[in-house]
Amino acid sequence: MHSFGYRANALLTLAITILAFMCAIASFSDNFNSPIPTAEVQVLNINWFQKKPDGDDEVSLTLNISADLQSLFTWNTKQVFVFLAAEYETPKNSLNQISLWDGIIPTKEHAKFLIHTTNKYRFVDQGSNLRGKDFNLTLHWHVMPKTGKMSANKLVMTGYRLPETYR
Amino acid sequence: MGIALYMDWQGQKLVEQLMQTLLVSFAVVAFLIGYMLGSFQTMLLTYAGGVVFTALVTIPNWPVYNRNSLNWLDPSLAEKYPKPLSANAGSKKKSTKK
Repeated sequence: MHSFGYRANALLTLAITILAFMCAIASFSDNFNSPIPTAEVQVLNINWFQKKPDGDDEVSLTLNISADLQSLFTWNTKQVFVFLAAEYETPKNSLNQISLWDGIIPTKEHAKFLIHTTNKYRFVDQGSNLRGKDFNLTLHWHVMPKTGKMSANKLVMTGYRLPETYR
Repeated sequence: MGIALYMDWQGQKLVEQLMQTLLVSFAVVAFLIGYMLGSFQTMLLTYAGGVVFTALVTIPNWPVYNRNSLNWLDPSLAEKYPKPLSANAGSKKKSTKK
């Protein structure tokens, strides 16, 4: 501590070490938050449903996605990534997941939303299994904190069914 | 006299204690303010302000830290007293005794 340089070095080292501790505690404080997100998705219309020339089924949907993810946000949350996936089972694969829509929520104010949209990404099956298929729409989210570990969770909505015939 | 290049011993002790106390206090205050207001940015800015303040207090060699300067004996005064035996001579005596 006898010279200018030694004091500057000691100050910087201690300041940054303490900053790391503050970030760790901030990350830990997220545990006190118990989120209760809600989501609801309506399939308003099957726009078209057909077999592509290569034999794979493809369907186009119009969706109403409403969700309240405000409780996911804490003071240590940078943003939340959400995506809506269609999930169903086929004889070949026990779980098929197809992302239909996604979005990035930058702030708590944007975390309560109602979106009316057609599927942003194509709903194509690997095969011809979609006729009369029961499927789930699952809202997945990934929480990206300012400091700490990313976390992910989901909300499964059941009871959706595709028509028996192409249209 | 101006600002001394090196701090005295008491000053160094004081400056180290000040640095640690100030930084930890600012960290606690910044965390509480940030948590209360729910703003991570406020926490960082408060702490950054505290670090800058601590730097201004502890890095420059303020006169406060130089109140206990070491008083070396004047060489002319030292001449009046007998010089201590050199380490070399001491070891020779011991070896001859054996």
